[in-house]
Amino acid sequence: MSRPLPTLEPTAPSSGSWGALRAVFQRDLRIALRRRADTGSALVFFVIVVSLFPLGVGPQFELLRRMGPGVVWVAALLASMLALGRLFADDHADGTLEQLLLSPTPLALLVLAKTAAHWLASGVLLVLISPLLALQFDLGQEAAWVLCLSLLLGTPLLSLIGAIGAALTVGLRGAGVLLSLLVLPLCAPVLIFGAGAVEAAQAGLGVGAHFSLLGAMLLLALLLAPLAAAAALRIALE
Amino acid sequence: MPALPTLNDGLELRDLACVRGRRSLFRGLNLRMGPGQLLRVTGPNGAGKTSLLRMLCGLLAPTQGQVLWQGQDVRRAREAFHQQLIYLGHAAALKDELTPLENLQVALRLGGSAPDEAAARLALADAGLRGREMVPSRILSQGQRRRAALARLPLGQALLWVLDEPFNALDTAATAWLLGLIETHLKRGGLVVLTSHQAVALSEGVAQVSLAL
Repeated sequence: MSRPLPTLEPTAPSSGSWGALRAVFQRDLRIALRRRADTGSALVFFVIVVSLFPLGVGPQFELLRRMGPGVVWVAALLASMLALGRLFADDHADGTLEQLLLSPTPLALLVLAKTAAHWLASGVLLVLISPLLALQFDLGQEAAWVLCLSLLLGTPLLSLIGAIGAALTVGLRGAGVLLSLLVLPLCAPVLIFGAGAVEAAQAGLGVGAHFSLLGAMLLLALLLAPLAAAAALRIALE
Repeated sequence: MPALPTLNDGLELRDLACVRGRRSLFRGLNLRMGPGQLLRVTGPNGAGKTSLLRMLCGLLAPTQGQVLWQGQDVRRAREAFHQQLIYLGHAAALKDELTPLENLQVALRLGGSAPDEAAARLALADAGLRGREMVPSRILSQGQRRRAALARLPLGQALLWVLDEPFNALDTAATAWLLGLIETHLKRGGLVVLTSHQAVALSEGVAQVSLAL
Protein backbone atom coordinates (compact mmCIF):
# COMPACT_ATOMS: atom_id res chain seq x y z
CA MET A 1 0.00 0.00 0.00
CA SER A 2 2.95 2.34 0.28
CA ARG A 3 3.67 4.54 -2.65
CA PRO A 4 7.26 4.60 -3.99
CA LEU A 5 9.25 7.46 -2.46
CA PRO A 6 11.04 9.95 -4.68
CA THR A 7 14.75 9.30 -5.01
CA LEU A 8 17.04 11.32 -2.78
CA GLU A 9 18.84 14.09 -4.62
CA PRO A 10 21.91 15.52 -2.94
CA THR A 11 21.00 18.96 -4.23
CA ALA A 12 17.26 19.08 -3.89
CA PRO A 13 15.47 22.28 -4.87
CA SER A 14 14.74 24.30 -1.77
CA SER A 15 12.26 27.05 -1.16
CA GLY A 16 14.96 28.62 0.98
CA SER A 17 14.75 30.85 4.01
CA TRP A 18 12.17 33.17 2.53
CA GLY A 19 9.59 30.41 2.19
CA ALA A 20 10.15 29.31 5.79
CA LEU A 21 9.88 32.86 7.12
CA ARG A 22 6.66 33.49 5.23
CA ALA A 23 5.25 30.18 6.43
CA VAL A 24 5.91 31.03 10.09
CA PHE A 25 4.61 34.58 9.71
CA GLN A 26 1.39 33.48 8.01
CA ARG A 27 0.91 30.59 10.42
CA ASP A 28 1.09 32.83 13.48
CA LEU A 29 -1.25 35.43 11.97
CA ARG A 30 -3.71 32.70 11.04
CA ILE A 31 -3.63 31.32 14.58
CA ALA A 32 -4.15 34.81 16.00
CA LEU A 33 -7.19 35.22 13.74
CA ARG A 34 -8.62 31.89 14.83
CA ARG A 35 -8.13 32.69 18.51
CA ARG A 36 -9.73 36.09 18.53
CA ALA A 37 -10.63 35.90 22.22
CA ASP A 38 -6.95 35.65 23.18
CA THR A 39 -5.84 38.22 20.63
CA GLY A 40 -8.50 40.69 21.68
CA SER A 41 -7.95 40.36 25.41
CA ALA A 42 -4.78 42.50 25.40
CA LEU A 43 -6.63 45.21 23.46
CA VAL A 44 -9.60 45.16 25.85
CA PHE A 45 -7.21 45.28 28.80
CA PHE A 46 -5.51 48.33 27.28
CA VAL A 47 -8.80 50.16 26.73
CA ILE A 48 -10.08 49.39 30.23
CA VAL A 49 -6.90 50.38 32.08
CA VAL A 50 -6.62 53.64 30.17
CA SER A 51 -10.30 54.43 30.73
CA LEU A 52 -10.11 53.84 34.48
CA PHE A 53 -7.88 56.85 35.02
CA PRO A 54 -10.24 59.58 33.83
CA LEU A 55 -12.99 57.89 35.86
CA GLY A 56 -10.82 57.83 38.95
CA VAL A 57 -9.40 61.30 38.64
CA GLY A 58 -12.62 63.05 37.62
CA PRO A 59 -13.08 65.87 35.11
CA GLN A 60 -9.94 67.84 35.93
CA PHE A 61 -8.80 68.63 32.40
CA GLU A 62 -5.49 70.18 33.31
CA LEU A 63 -4.44 67.14 35.34
CA LEU A 64 -5.72 64.66 32.74
CA ARG A 65 -3.88 66.42 29.93
CA ARG A 66 -0.66 66.21 31.89
CA MET A 67 -0.92 62.55 32.85
CA GLY A 68 -2.55 61.31 29.63
CA PRO A 69 0.59 60.41 27.62
CA GLY A 70 2.18 58.58 30.54
CA VAL A 71 -0.98 56.63 31.35
CA VAL A 72 -1.52 55.51 27.76
CA TRP A 73 2.10 54.47 27.46
CA VAL A 74 2.18 52.54 30.74
CA ALA A 75 -1.05 50.78 29.78
CA ALA A 76 0.42 49.87 26.37
CA LEU A 77 3.48 48.47 28.12
CA LEU A 78 1.37 46.31 30.45
CA ALA A 79 -0.93 45.17 27.65
CA SER A 80 2.00 44.04 25.54
CA MET A 81 3.37 42.07 28.52
CA LEU A 82 0.02 40.31 28.70
CA ALA A 83 0.24 39.17 25.09
CA LEU A 84 3.95 38.30 25.17
CA GLY A 85 3.60 35.37 27.54
CA ARG A 86 2.28 33.20 24.74
CA LEU A 87 4.81 34.19 22.07
CA PHE A 88 6.86 31.00 22.50
CA ALA A 89 4.97 29.16 25.27
CA ASP A 90 2.32 27.65 22.97
CA ASP A 91 4.93 26.51 20.47
CA HIS A 92 6.93 24.98 23.27
CA ALA A 93 3.94 23.07 24.62
CA ASP A 94 2.94 21.45 21.32
CA GLY A 95 6.45 20.69 20.09
CA THR A 96 6.53 23.10 17.16
CA LEU A 97 9.27 25.14 18.82
CA GLU A 98 11.66 22.19 18.43
CA GLN A 99 10.81 22.12 14.74
CA LEU A 100 11.70 25.82 14.47
CA LEU A 101 15.07 25.06 16.06
CA LEU A 102 15.65 22.23 13.58
CA SER A 103 14.84 24.28 10.49
CA PRO A 104 17.66 24.99 8.03
CA THR A 105 16.59 28.65 8.22
CA PRO A 106 18.54 30.64 10.84
CA LEU A 107 16.58 30.69 14.09
CA ALA A 108 17.05 34.44 14.61
CA LEU A 109 15.19 35.14 11.36
CA LEU A 110 12.35 32.82 12.39
CA VAL A 111 12.15 34.63 15.73
CA LEU A 112 11.94 37.92 13.83
CA ALA A 113 9.08 36.56 11.70
CA LYS A 114 7.25 35.36 14.81
CA THR A 115 7.75 38.69 16.57
CA ALA A 116 6.52 40.57 13.51
CA ALA A 117 3.34 38.47 13.39
CA HIS A 118 2.90 38.95 17.13
CA TRP A 119 3.23 42.71 16.80
CA LEU A 120 0.73 42.82 13.92
CA ALA A 121 -1.76 40.87 16.02
CA SER A 122 -1.31 42.88 19.21
CA GLY A 123 0.74 46.10 18.98
CA VAL A 124 -0.87 47.48 15.86
CA LEU A 125 -4.30 47.27 17.45
CA LEU A 126 -3.08 49.35 20.39
CA VAL A 127 -1.67 51.95 17.99
CA LEU A 128 -4.90 52.17 16.02
CA ILE A 129 -7.13 52.67 19.04
CA SER A 130 -4.84 55.15 20.84
CA PRO A 131 -6.16 58.38 19.19
CA LEU A 132 -9.61 57.46 20.44
CA LEU A 133 -8.32 56.96 23.97
CA ALA A 134 -6.47 60.27 23.78
CA LEU A 135 -9.87 61.98 23.66
CA GLN A 136 -10.53 60.85 27.23
CA PHE A 137 -7.53 62.86 28.36
CA ASP A 138 -8.48 65.96 26.42
CA LEU A 139 -5.31 65.72 24.33
CA GLY A 140 -5.28 68.07 21.38
CA GLN A 141 -5.28 66.82 17.81
CA GLU A 142 -1.57 67.24 17.37
CA ALA A 143 -0.73 65.54 20.67
CA ALA A 144 -3.03 62.64 19.77
CA TRP A 145 -1.19 62.15 16.47
CA VAL A 146 2.16 62.27 18.17
CA LEU A 147 0.93 59.72 20.71
CA CYS A 148 -0.19 57.43 17.89
CA LEU A 149 3.12 57.80 16.05
CA SER A 150 5.18 57.28 19.19
CA LEU A 151 3.27 54.06 19.84
CA LEU A 152 3.82 53.02 16.22
CA LEU A 153 7.58 53.28 16.80
CA GLY A 154 7.46 52.03 20.36
CA THR A 155 5.23 48.95 20.31
CA PRO A 156 7.45 46.94 17.90
CA LEU A 157 10.29 47.83 20.23
CA LEU A 158 8.32 46.43 23.17
CA SER A 159 7.61 43.24 21.22
CA LEU A 160 11.27 42.80 20.31
CA ILE A 161 12.57 43.37 23.83
CA GLY A 162 9.77 41.20 25.16
CA ALA A 163 10.74 38.39 22.78
CA ILE A 164 14.06 38.06 24.63
CA GLY A 165 12.24 37.75 27.94
CA ALA A 166 9.68 35.32 26.49
CA ALA A 167 12.51 33.17 25.13
CA LEU A 168 14.36 33.18 28.44
CA THR A 169 11.29 32.13 30.42
CA VAL A 170 9.85 29.58 27.98
CA GLY A 171 8.91 26.35 29.73
CA LEU A 172 9.24 27.77 33.24
CA ARG A 173 6.45 27.71 35.80
CA GLY A 174 5.16 31.17 36.66
CA ALA A 175 6.72 32.46 33.46
CA GLY A 176 4.28 35.36 33.22
CA VAL A 177 5.42 37.14 36.38
CA LEU A 178 9.08 36.44 35.71
CA LEU A 179 8.69 37.77 32.19
CA SER A 180 7.29 41.07 33.47
CA LEU A 181 10.05 41.38 36.09
CA LEU A 182 12.70 40.81 33.41
CA VAL A 183 11.27 42.92 30.65
CA LEU A 184 9.58 45.91 32.30
CA PRO A 185 12.82 47.53 33.53
CA LEU A 186 14.34 47.11 30.07
CA CYS A 187 11.36 48.90 28.58
CA ALA A 188 11.80 52.00 30.75
CA PRO A 189 13.74 53.96 28.08
CA VAL A 190 11.02 53.27 25.52
CA LEU A 191 8.42 54.56 27.96
CA ILE A 192 10.44 57.69 28.79
CA PHE A 193 11.01 58.73 25.19
CA GLY A 194 7.57 57.64 23.99
CA ALA A 195 5.63 59.55 26.63
CA GLY A 196 8.23 62.33 26.44
CA ALA A 197 7.48 62.90 22.76
CA VAL A 198 3.82 63.57 23.50
CA GLU A 199 4.65 65.88 26.39
CA ALA A 200 7.03 67.81 24.15
CA ALA A 201 4.29 68.18 21.54
CA GLN A 202 1.91 69.47 24.22
CA ALA A 203 4.50 72.02 25.30
CA GLY A 204 4.89 73.15 21.69
CA LEU A 205 8.43 71.81 21.41
CA GLY A 206 9.83 69.73 18.56
CA VAL A 207 9.40 65.97 18.76
CA GLY A 208 12.20 65.10 16.33
CA ALA A 209 14.72 64.20 19.01
CA HIS A 210 12.37 61.80 20.78
CA PHE A 211 11.38 60.11 17.54
CA SER A 212 14.98 59.83 16.42
CA LEU A 213 15.93 58.12 19.66
CA LEU A 214 12.95 55.75 19.45
CA GLY A 215 13.84 54.98 15.84
CA ALA A 216 17.47 54.34 16.73
CA MET A 217 16.44 52.00 19.55
CA LEU A 218 14.09 50.20 17.18
CA LEU A 219 16.85 49.62 14.62
CA LEU A 220 19.20 48.36 17.29
CA ALA A 221 16.53 46.02 18.68
CA LEU A 222 15.68 44.73 15.19
CA LEU A 223 19.31 43.73 14.82
CA LEU A 224 20.12 42.39 18.27
CA ALA A 225 16.89 41.16 19.89
CA PRO A 226 16.27 38.24 17.47
CA LEU A 227 19.85 37.04 17.98
CA ALA A 228 19.54 37.21 21.76
CA ALA A 229 16.12 35.53 21.73
CA ALA A 230 17.40 32.76 19.44
CA ALA A 231 20.33 32.06 21.76
CA ALA A 232 17.97 32.05 24.76
CA LEU A 233 15.64 29.57 23.03
CA ARG A 234 18.48 27.15 22.30
CA ILE A 235 19.45 27.22 25.98
CA ALA A 236 15.85 26.94 27.18
CA LEU A 237 15.20 23.81 25.10
CA GLU A 238 18.28 21.87 26.23
CA MET B 1 46.05 9.19 19.70
CA PRO B 2 45.54 9.61 15.96
CA ALA B 3 42.18 10.99 14.96
CA LEU B 4 39.72 8.46 13.62
CA PRO B 5 38.97 8.80 9.94
CA THR B 6 35.48 10.25 9.60
CA LEU B 7 32.62 8.71 7.73
CA ASN B 8 31.67 11.03 4.92
CA ASP B 9 28.18 9.88 4.12
CA GLY B 10 26.57 9.05 7.42
CA LEU B 11 26.19 9.59 11.10
CA GLU B 12 28.90 9.05 13.64
CA LEU B 13 28.81 9.20 17.44
CA ARG B 14 32.17 9.70 19.03
CA ASP B 15 32.71 8.99 22.71
CA LEU B 16 29.29 10.44 23.47
CA ALA B 17 28.22 10.97 27.07
CA CYS B 18 25.09 12.40 28.62
CA VAL B 19 24.58 13.66 32.15
CA ARG B 20 21.13 14.95 33.12
CA GLY B 21 21.00 16.57 36.53
CA ARG B 22 23.39 14.44 38.56
CA ARG B 23 22.61 11.20 36.79
CA SER B 24 24.93 9.87 34.14
CA LEU B 25 22.68 8.32 31.49
CA PHE B 26 25.28 6.92 29.15
CA ARG B 27 28.93 7.42 28.37
CA GLY B 28 31.56 6.30 25.90
CA LEU B 29 29.07 5.75 23.11
CA ASN B 30 30.77 5.10 19.76
CA LEU B 31 28.79 4.27 16.68
CA ARG B 32 28.77 4.71 12.94
CA MET B 33 25.97 4.23 10.53
CA GLY B 34 25.77 4.73 6.81
CA PRO B 35 23.10 4.94 4.11
CA GLY B 36 20.46 2.24 4.18
CA GLN B 37 20.89 1.47 7.86
CA LEU B 38 18.36 1.56 10.65
CA LEU B 39 19.36 2.14 14.25
CA ARG B 40 16.88 1.11 16.90
CA VAL B 41 17.54 2.50 20.36
CA THR B 42 16.10 0.42 23.18
CA GLY B 43 16.19 0.66 26.93
CA PRO B 44 13.98 0.99 29.99
CA ASN B 45 12.09 4.21 30.75
CA GLY B 46 14.46 6.95 31.81
CA ALA B 47 17.50 5.29 30.21
CA GLY B 48 18.16 8.31 28.04
CA LYS B 49 16.67 7.29 24.70
CA THR B 50 15.02 10.63 24.06
CA SER B 51 18.12 12.47 25.29
CA LEU B 52 20.24 10.52 22.81
CA LEU B 53 17.86 11.35 19.96
CA ARG B 54 17.82 15.04 20.90
CA MET B 55 21.59 14.95 20.99
CA LEU B 56 21.72 13.43 17.51
CA CYS B 57 19.64 16.35 16.25
CA GLY B 58 21.77 18.94 17.98
CA LEU B 59 18.96 20.06 20.31
CA LEU B 60 20.91 18.90 23.34
CA ALA B 61 24.61 19.59 23.81
CA PRO B 62 26.59 16.41 24.54
CA THR B 63 28.17 16.43 27.98
CA GLN B 64 31.17 14.93 26.29
CA GLY B 65 32.00 13.75 22.80
CA GLN B 66 30.63 14.67 19.41
CA VAL B 67 27.91 13.84 16.95
CA LEU B 68 29.16 14.04 13.38
CA TRP B 69 27.07 14.16 10.23
CA GLN B 70 29.02 13.65 7.02
CA GLY B 71 32.19 14.36 8.94
CA GLN B 72 31.03 17.64 10.49
CA ASP B 73 29.88 18.40 14.02
CA VAL B 74 26.09 18.76 13.93
CA ARG B 75 26.16 21.74 16.28
CA ARG B 76 28.54 23.63 14.00
CA ALA B 77 27.25 22.90 10.52
CA ARG B 78 23.65 23.37 11.64
CA GLU B 79 22.04 24.61 8.46
CA ALA B 80 23.48 21.94 6.16
CA PHE B 81 22.57 19.24 8.67
CA HIS B 82 19.02 20.42 9.26
CA GLN B 83 18.40 20.37 5.52
CA GLN B 84 18.97 16.61 5.69
CA LEU B 85 17.05 15.90 8.89
CA ILE B 86 13.51 15.16 9.96
CA TYR B 87 12.97 14.84 13.71
CA LEU B 88 9.65 13.79 15.16
CA GLY B 89 9.55 13.92 18.94
CA HIS B 90 7.03 12.84 21.56
CA ALA B 91 4.69 15.70 20.75
CA ALA B 92 3.17 15.61 17.28
CA ALA B 93 4.18 19.25 16.65
CA LEU B 94 0.75 20.15 15.33
CA LYS B 95 -0.93 23.49 15.88
CA ASP B 96 -4.41 22.82 17.26
CA GLU B 97 -5.91 25.81 15.46
CA LEU B 98 -4.66 24.76 12.03
CA THR B 99 -5.87 21.90 9.85
CA PRO B 100 -3.63 18.88 9.20
CA LEU B 101 -3.06 20.19 5.67
CA GLU B 102 -1.92 23.62 6.90
CA ASN B 103 0.26 22.00 9.55
CA LEU B 104 1.88 19.78 6.97
CA GLN B 105 2.55 22.64 4.57
CA VAL B 106 4.12 24.78 7.31
CA ALA B 107 6.30 21.88 8.47
CA LEU B 108 7.51 21.25 4.92
CA ARG B 109 8.31 24.87 4.22
CA LEU B 110 10.14 25.11 7.55
CA GLY B 111 12.17 22.10 6.46
CA GLY B 112 13.17 24.00 3.35
CA SER B 113 11.10 22.19 0.72
CA ALA B 114 8.47 23.79 -1.46
CA PRO B 115 5.34 21.64 -1.22
CA ASP B 116 2.52 21.71 -3.70
CA GLU B 117 -0.91 21.21 -2.24
CA ALA B 118 -1.78 18.13 -4.31
CA ALA B 119 1.26 16.24 -3.03
CA ALA B 120 0.48 17.25 0.55
CA ARG B 121 -3.14 16.06 0.21
CA LEU B 122 -1.94 12.78 -1.28
CA ALA B 123 0.47 12.27 1.62
CA LEU B 124 -2.31 12.89 4.13
CA ALA B 125 -4.58 10.47 2.29
CA ASP B 126 -1.82 7.84 2.39
CA ALA B 127 -1.54 8.47 6.12
CA GLY B 128 -5.20 7.56 6.45
CA LEU B 129 -6.52 11.08 6.95
CA ARG B 130 -8.63 11.37 3.81
CA GLY B 131 -11.56 13.65 4.51
CA ARG B 132 -9.79 14.99 7.60
CA GLU B 133 -7.46 17.39 5.80
CA MET B 134 -9.53 20.46 6.56
CA VAL B 135 -10.74 19.94 10.13
CA PRO B 136 -8.99 21.70 13.03
CA SER B 137 -6.23 19.44 14.35
CA ARG B 138 -7.58 19.87 17.87
CA ILE B 139 -10.42 17.38 17.18
CA LEU B 140 -8.11 14.64 15.89
CA SER B 141 -7.53 11.57 18.05
CA GLN B 142 -4.08 10.75 19.41
CA GLY B 143 -3.41 8.23 16.66
CA GLN B 144 -4.64 10.59 13.97
CA ARG B 145 -2.37 13.34 15.29
CA ARG B 146 0.58 11.01 15.02
CA ARG B 147 -0.44 10.06 11.48
CA ALA B 148 -0.68 13.73 10.55
CA ALA B 149 2.83 14.31 11.90
CA LEU B 150 4.24 11.27 10.10
CA ALA B 151 2.63 12.30 6.81
CA ARG B 152 5.60 14.62 6.39
CA LEU B 153 8.09 11.77 6.00
CA PRO B 154 7.51 10.74 2.36
CA LEU B 155 7.61 14.37 1.18
CA GLY B 156 10.82 16.30 1.21
CA GLN B 157 14.36 15.19 0.72
CA ALA B 158 15.67 14.54 4.21
CA LEU B 159 18.26 11.76 4.32
CA LEU B 160 18.10 11.17 8.06
CA TRP B 161 14.88 10.42 9.92
CA VAL B 162 15.05 10.59 13.70
CA LEU B 163 11.81 9.26 15.17
CA ASP B 164 11.01 9.13 18.88
CA GLU B 165 8.54 6.31 19.58
CA PRO B 166 6.92 6.59 16.14
CA PHE B 167 4.70 3.54 16.63
CA ASN B 168 3.01 4.92 19.76
CA ALA B 169 -0.76 5.28 19.42
CA LEU B 170 -0.74 3.84 15.88
CA ASP B 171 -3.19 1.08 14.93
CA THR B 172 -2.21 -2.01 12.93
CA ALA B 173 -2.86 -0.45 9.54
CA ALA B 174 -0.86 2.68 10.35
CA THR B 175 1.98 0.61 11.79
CA ALA B 176 2.19 -1.35 8.53
CA TRP B 177 2.11 1.90 6.57
CA LEU B 178 4.96 3.37 8.64
CA LEU B 179 7.01 0.18 8.36
CA GLY B 180 6.57 0.34 4.60
CA LEU B 181 7.73 3.96 4.57
CA ILE B 182 10.81 3.18 6.67
CA GLU B 183 11.72 0.26 4.47
CA THR B 184 11.43 2.21 1.23
CA HIS B 185 13.42 5.04 2.76
CA LEU B 186 16.21 2.63 3.75
CA LYS B 187 16.17 1.10 0.28
CA ARG B 188 16.62 4.48 -1.37
CA GLY B 189 19.71 5.06 0.73
CA GLY B 190 18.22 6.88 3.71
CA LEU B 191 19.11 6.52 7.38
CA VAL B 192 16.62 5.97 10.18
CA VAL B 193 17.14 6.27 13.93
CA LEU B 194 14.18 5.37 16.10
CA THR B 195 13.25 4.34 19.60
CA SER B 196 10.72 1.59 20.02
CA HIS B 197 9.77 -0.85 22.72
CA GLN B 198 8.58 -3.36 20.14
CA ALA B 199 10.83 -5.07 17.64
CA VAL B 200 10.69 -3.35 14.26
CA ALA B 201 9.39 -6.01 11.89
CA LEU B 202 11.16 -5.17 8.67
CA SER B 203 11.68 -7.69 5.91
CA GLU B 204 14.89 -9.69 5.52
CA GLY B 205 17.93 -7.99 4.11
CA VAL B 206 17.37 -4.62 5.76
CA ALA B 207 20.35 -3.61 7.87
CA GLN B 208 19.07 -3.11 11.41
CA VAL B 209 21.28 -2.26 14.36
CA SER B 210 20.05 -2.29 17.95
CA LEU B 211 21.54 -0.10 20.63
CA ALA B 212 20.57 -0.90 24.20
CA LEU B 213 21.02 1.93 26.68
